[in-house]
Amino acid sequence: MAITLSHYLVLSAALFTIGLYGALAKRNAVTILMCLELMFNAANIAFVALTRAAAPQVLTGQVFALFVITVAAAEVAVGLAIVLAIYRQRRTIDATEIDLLKW
Amino acid sequence: MNTSEPAVTIAFYIFSAITLGGAAGVVFGRNMFHAALFLVTSFFGLAGIYVLLQADFLAVVQVLIYAGAIPILVVFAIMLTRQVERGNEWNQLRVPGLLLGVLLLLGLLLVLTATQWYTGTGPYPTDTVSTLARQLFGPWVLPFEVASVLLLAALVGAIIIAREE
Repeated sequence: MAITLSHYLVLSAALFTIGLYGALAKRNAVTILMCLELMFNAANIAFVALTRAAAPQVLTGQVFALFVITVAAAEVAVGLAIVLAIYRQRRTIDATEIDLLKW
Repeated sequence: MNTSEPAVTIAFYIFSAITLGGAAGVVFGRNMFHAALFLVTSFFGLAGIYVLLQADFLAVVQVLIYAGAIPILVVFAIMLTRQVERGNEWNQLRVPGLLLGVLLLLGLLLVLTATQWYTGTGPYPTDTVSTLARQLFGPWVLPFEVASVLLLAALVGAIIIAREE
């Protein structure tokens, strides 16, 4: 059975859903950041698979994927720094207990 | 795109299983350290998927950044926050989140199977790295420079946020 574009897109959808579920349903802020990374990667698979199928000469989707990787690296650095700062202030990184801005 | 070689098919399913299994380990694992290691497994599987898609440069970048650099930051954060003994707990959205996820997956699968995807013609470049470089430093040079400034600003910001007073 041949592997087509749909196979890659289904893999991307499944990975995105797993990441979304973890980001919604986990308490630990570090786990939430890890699940965000999974979602970025799911988007990257879709970018690369679609550029392979639709625009193979120019590889625009691979350029997009490179930018996604760059922005995700910046995001995880700032996100983990915020997690450490919150831990230093409040001695917890439980996302359900960090509710200072909630009314 | 239509590769009918059985080796490619087998490799696709192996790498998909590694990727999705690692992702499931991140979400369903009880131990934070195991979750971080499952994340590395998942990203290695994804590098294999990129190789199957003939995106060789992206596969190397994936191993270097996602399987190498980001898990180190994550493990640092896990160790510095010392909440390992509490485990990888669920919040009150465990069941509603699962329902939402299943619904989203079903919707995505419906859309994916119903859409007639545009497929371009033309040969795939034999040298992806030079094609990517021509793209990055040609039409995408301004976003490229902005991305470098963004990285610098994010790293300076991360140092300032995480610094001891």
